Amino acid sequence: MDKKTVEQIAHLARLDINEKDIPEYVTNLTNILALVEQMNTVATDSVEPMAHPTDAVQRLREDIVTATNQRERFQAVAPQVEKGLYLVPQVIE
Amino acid sequence: MHTKTIAQLAAGLKAGEFSSVELTQHYINRIQTFDNGLNSYISLTEERALAQAKRADERIAAGKAHVLTGIPVAQKDIFCSDGVKTSCGSKMLDNFIAPYDASVIESFNNAGSVMLGKTNMDEFAMGSSNETSFYGPVKNPWNVDCVPGGSSGGSAASVAARLAPASTGTDTGGSIRQPAALCNLTGLKPSYGRVSRYGMIAFASSLDQAGTFTQTAEDAALMLSVMAGLDVRDSTSIDEPVPDYSASLNNDVKGLKVGLPKEYFADGLDADVAKRVDDAISEYKKLGAEFFDISLPNTHLSVPAYYIVAPAECSSNLSRFDGVRFGYRCEEPKDLEDLYKRSRGEGFGSEVKRRILVGAYALSSGYYDAYYLKAQKIRRLIANDFTEAFKQVDVIMSPTTPTPAFKVGEKDDDPISMYYSDIYTIAVNLAGLPGISVPCGFVNALPVGLQIIAPYFAEAKLLNVAHQYQQVTDWHQQMPETFK
Repeated sequence: MDKKTVEQIAHLARLDINEKDIPEYVTNLTNILALVEQMNTVATDSVEPMAHPTDAVQRLREDIVTATNQRERFQAVAPQVEKGLYLVPQVIE
Repeated sequence: MHTKTIAQLAAGLKAGEFSSVELTQHYINRIQTFDNGLNSYISLTEERALAQAKRADERIAAGKAHVLTGIPVAQKDIFCSDGVKTSCGSKMLDNFIAPYDASVIESFNNAGSVMLGKTNMDEFAMGSSNETSFYGPVKNPWNVDCVPGGSSGGSAASVAARLAPASTGTDTGGSIRQPAALCNLTGLKPSYGRVSRYGMIAFASSLDQAGTFTQTAEDAALMLSVMAGLDVRDSTSIDEPVPDYSASLNNDVKGLKVGLPKEYFADGLDADVAKRVDDAISEYKKLGAEFFDISLPNTHLSVPAYYIVAPAECSSNLSRFDGVRFGYRCEEPKDLEDLYKRSRGEGFGSEVKRRILVGAYALSSGYYDAYYLKAQKIRRLIANDFTEAFKQVDVIMSPTTPTPAFKVGEKDDDPISMYYSDIYTIAVNLAGLPGISVPCGFVNALPVGLQIIAPYFAEAKLLNVAHQYQQVTDWHQQMPETFK
């Protein structure tokens, strides 16, 4: 873990971090990764990964409309909307 | 009125000793008098509460009351509540008025309960001390120099100071049981999938579960009865019958087989906390329970596995906060990438950013097998340990936390030391089991909690075992002097 890696991950996560905080993130992340390294003390080749505690599977339902359109309601909490569309800075020149 | 349990308050309402409006006003007055020093509420929903209380009184008068009709409840600010600010303890959602109700909120509304307000919490439920909240730290009512625990610190402090008769919380790695232990409350974390996660702002979706803070196990049974059950809006909700949790409370515990995992009584456990837990074990022996030494051999891997699973799922879940559709947006973004990066960089606090970075790293190209998949395999080993143990015993008991409440600021500079304050609670989330913390004494005037763990969907057993202990002890009735 180094400054460059932290900057790369922050970019992947689209997360602006302050230059002055980077050394602390390097230390924190190094320590956390050292902690999780302990997982490698156990062989798990034949172990089935556990994604859901009771191994439940997705329920299926009939393909019918269940939700009503509430665009105005949901867009009332948006930072910027116009004519029912979300506004962001120009993407294409 | 504020010293009464929900069960006692419900009886008082039914007998007409007081109205829900009077009861609600009493709690609002207490919040206004005492909460400045505690900071347990982010929002007080006074008008709405009094309107709900008025409707509850009408419902009671009409003879159509549910047992929780007219009972005030404080809701953790992680549950979306229609028309009310739902911040999740974050600047990111400081301006977010939820446009719908979480299933948990809806359930309490249907029962006719009164929402007093929304309680403070660690930002996005990430923390064990309630110090990461955008709205400032919550203080422990037993000693305001100490933390109440977290992440549901406000929910715990509000009930401990009797600024609400009960509250809801969520528990991803101990966020109900740990603060319940540090604040002298009964804190119930149900089995994964027992209570709907719909409308509960997601942190780590395969671990998150909603539960309760109450004075007694009897009250927890009443609360869980309202919250539990299948909800098709949550794809991980389980279709398992909901028993009458109150019906089995009085079963005796003679012959109950209890396991004591040696890994939970090892180095790192405060000697005085160990004594209080031993005292509780002695009480259970008097009640006829039988104790067995057991081992959960993969316990030491639970904190490492958790700190991959939880950050990985958090980095994925929190990608929805992008400054576009709701929540915080930075000023004058120069392009779309700048909008994303600065909205998230300015909207999230430092612990949340730390976990997003860990999670994004663990999920990044080439690392998935080494971290997330490995952690899921470790989860299986941890869950298998419990499955083996429950072949021998009915329930497992342990301390809830290694120490009583620590000082505000004490673990600020050391995230890993903070992570280890959940060492006895995390494995339960990884396995998805139900757990409860019950008050079992004090060390230097700070509360200590006994954790009880049961097999999947055995909440009724957990509540029964906790209730029987509360019939022969009065630790759970103690309240901090300052708030009487």
